[in-house]
Amino acid sequence: MSSREKILSAIKTNQPDYQELNVQFKFESVYENLYEKFAEMLSFVGGKAMEVNSYEEIKADVRLHYHDVTNIATTIDELSELADFSLNIADPHDLETLNLAIIEGDFAVAENAAIWVSEKQLPHRALPMITQYLAIVIHKSAIITNMHRAYERVKVNETGFGTFISGPSKTADIEQSLVIGAHGARGLMVYVMN
Amino acid sequence: MNNIKQDHASASTEFNKDEAHVDWHDETLWFVRSKRDKAVFQIPEWEQLREAGSQIKNHVLSNMHDYLVEFEKKATENGIKIHWAADGQEHNEIVYSIIKNEGVNRMVKSKSMLTEECHLNEFLKEKGVEVIDSDLGERIVQMRQEPPSHIVLPAIHLKRAEVGETFHQHLGTEKGATDPQYLTEAARQHLRDTFLSRKVALTGVNFAIAETGGFVVCTNEGNADMGVHLADVHIASMGFEKIIPKVEHLGVFLRLLARSATGQPITTFSSHFHKPRAGQKMHIIIVDNGRTKQLGRPDFRNSLKCIRCAACFNTCPVYRRSGGHSYHTAIAGPIGSILAPNLDMARNADLPFASTLCGSCSNVCPVKIDIHEQLYKWRQVLVQEGHVSSVKSLGIKSMSTILSSPSFYRTAGKLGRFLMKNSPFMTNNNLNVWYQHRDMPDVPKESFREWFIREKGGK
Amino acid sequence: MKVALFIPCYIDQFYPQVGIATLQLLEKLGCEVIFPLNQTCCGQPMANSGFEHLNKDCDNNFVENFKDFDYIVSPSGSCTLHVKEHLHGSDEQASTHIRKHLYELSEFLTDILKVESLSVQFPHRVGLHQSCHGQRGLKLAQMSELVAKPFSKTEHLLNMVDGLSLMELDRKDECCGFGGTFCVTEEAISVKMGKDRISDHTRHTVEYITGTDVSCLMHLEGILKRQGSAIKVKHIAEILNG
Repeated sequence: MSSREKILSAIKTNQPDYQELNVQFKFESVYENLYEKFAEMLSFVGGKAMEVNSYEEIKADVRLHYHDVTNIATTIDELSELADFSLNIADPHDLETLNLAIIEGDFAVAENAAIWVSEKQLPHRALPMITQYLAIVIHKSAIITNMHRAYERVKVNETGFGTFISGPSKTADIEQSLVIGAHGARGLMVYVMN
Repeated sequence: MNNIKQDHASASTEFNKDEAHVDWHDETLWFVRSKRDKAVFQIPEWEQLREAGSQIKNHVLSNMHDYLVEFEKKATENGIKIHWAADGQEHNEIVYSIIKNEGVNRMVKSKSMLTEECHLNEFLKEKGVEVIDSDLGERIVQMRQEPPSHIVLPAIHLKRAEVGETFHQHLGTEKGATDPQYLTEAARQHLRDTFLSRKVALTGVNFAIAETGGFVVCTNEGNADMGVHLADVHIASMGFEKIIPKVEHLGVFLRLLARSATGQPITTFSSHFHKPRAGQKMHIIIVDNGRTKQLGRPDFRNSLKCIRCAACFNTCPVYRRSGGHSYHTAIAGPIGSILAPNLDMARNADLPFASTLCGSCSNVCPVKIDIHEQLYKWRQVLVQEGHVSSVKSLGIKSMSTILSSPSFYRTAGKLGRFLMKNSPFMTNNNLNVWYQHRDMPDVPKESFREWFIREKGGK
Repeated sequence: MKVALFIPCYIDQFYPQVGIATLQLLEKLGCEVIFPLNQTCCGQPMANSGFEHLNKDCDNNFVENFKDFDYIVSPSGSCTLHVKEHLHGSDEQASTHIRKHLYELSEFLTDILKVESLSVQFPHRVGLHQSCHGQRGLKLAQMSELVAKPFSKTEHLLNMVDGLSLMELDRKDECCGFGGTFCVTEEAISVKMGKDRISDHTRHTVEYITGTDVSCLMHLEGILKRQGSAIKVKHIAEILNG
């Protein structure tokens, strides 16, 4: 008997009697202002939110804050003039020298500042992690309350990969001291388009 | 399995020789517990959320067979290769065969407690395969050739100076450097080279979704993503209990997990894998390693509901003062103490006794595992199966005889307060053990019963 | 109201004053108190060590002593919890009756007698040690881990005492490390836990540590005395009895 058969048959023998699932497992979260809750949580997890009214404002902010930065890539056509780094590459290892990636987020969750990005937004899965700094553009109307709503909204298997990103990469593995920028992005800026 | 070097009590005695260090360890973990409290008190429906997590997992245990079959089918359709491993050895061999098949001899691995449980690193080392753990805490303990002491915070037992010294030796950081920012930066550079040069990456699995055949991996550092998105082969190892029925149930578990673990509202990355990227190969190894046996123990099966948040570690007053290594098992803390006897009763017989049964663990558990009740039940099983020393048995038996007989009890009491010598907490005639750091209570001139008879005429 | 008193073995032998205070307090509150003379022990020491199977005779003796009462009261949260969870004598019906009608003292005062005032005074700074079995097991107070409304039967009672200031602690419901046989089998941790509880009380300048369990208090008292501390322990019954 293969291990598969052995395991499955032992499970069948040993699992308890069938138990229906009839418990409430979705809950409402009520926030006065979704954007403010999102911005507050994003700041709590080490990122920064900024309200903008146009792509021009984003460009101006990027030019201000990343003025000496080269190797910038973006997936957003309206921001293409900021980019000096093409994402039209075959091998994700070539992203190694990327300093700033500006990508779109599908939607964001107020309770935890998580932003969903999937292969619909990402030409390379490694993009939001390998870049030194990350900026995500979301629409204000795409901020929802909590994770229950998030999973109603997203079809997680629409593409082969998708991830919720909440803040820049971080670690507290040395004496519980928080350090931003473990292996992924050292900073996360979220532009929230009105 | 090897015999343990020290049981929990001796290892704890050792650990407590440096009281300042114990204080630091206790405070550090209590800080994590406090962060957890702060986070969960922001969720008014927290207790209902725990109930939901618990019920979903109960349901999964009762329908495990069908969900696994469904998961396998969907994952296979997604282009993922599924493997089944009856035990740690088979798991390790599968990993090795995949690595060999790629013609490489090194691999990068993000945190997976399952691979710790299977002793994968040691196995691969013997086969000449180099494994680099990419979680910062795991990398630190790996360099020091120590096991992790905590499943979420693997290097929590170390002070920054110790990490600084380790990095000085292994990564060439400045001698005496202790700044976490500086040390983390050094690890970042070192591990970035690793991510960029490894063709095989292994991750654990936090949740596997039967409905879609995909799985979720949660990290803060982004190390799992960095590893697999730059590798040609992604191996994901999972105990079969990681299965959940539907995508919508992730809403419950992702709300529970990070808040319980570290007090974060969610981990930085919650990555959902459904298909290998173009040109990549993806494998999932579904591991039993004693889990089917645990599933067959009605009193203990719900330990398989665990989502590995380690909230029970952080709240445990014993763990905080004994350190993770005192548990001599891959998963320490209260949850480890109810999982480990299933794997090897003789070797882990001390662990269910390494608790005061205070019950805090069960209260913080996001899936409501009755941890302290299982600790109590394991004690009964371990005694019945003969894993408790005969000296202790003898003491308890004579105590039982005395306490079962009113006349014997009275006589014994009068004879110099029998409890002094035979009391529950002084079995093995361990009077000296109590007295080492504690005074005995004053002996009153009469017992309550004697007073009662004198005062009330026994009525 | 007729009440049977269950006095755990270590109170009987070492802390008779706690039994006396309990009895007097209940009498003051109008109860007729019976003390069944053949009682011994709840069986917890054996059971927590893994020897529950040896408890048949002990359980039968307990049932024999207490089966005829509608209210059984004990000044010990831990023993009460053990009986409520594990008493199974040969007479299962009588055992069930006892499990349902056994009360820890402060629980009995609050829920059954519904005590709202006491004319006693204790002009001291007091720290409350919440014993785990009373608190988490019998739910004498809300637990710090749960997102739920706070309440405390013990604090409610202590607040009725004139002059008593209840001091707030940093860790209001951390275990003291007694843990039954744990206190000797895991001596190092047990003592360290006790010392840490005491530091918390010391930092908050308490004069007395009180609680619902003599076992915890005995452990803490043992350490306090060894340290030469001026802090004293008193069971809640002693304070409430005045």
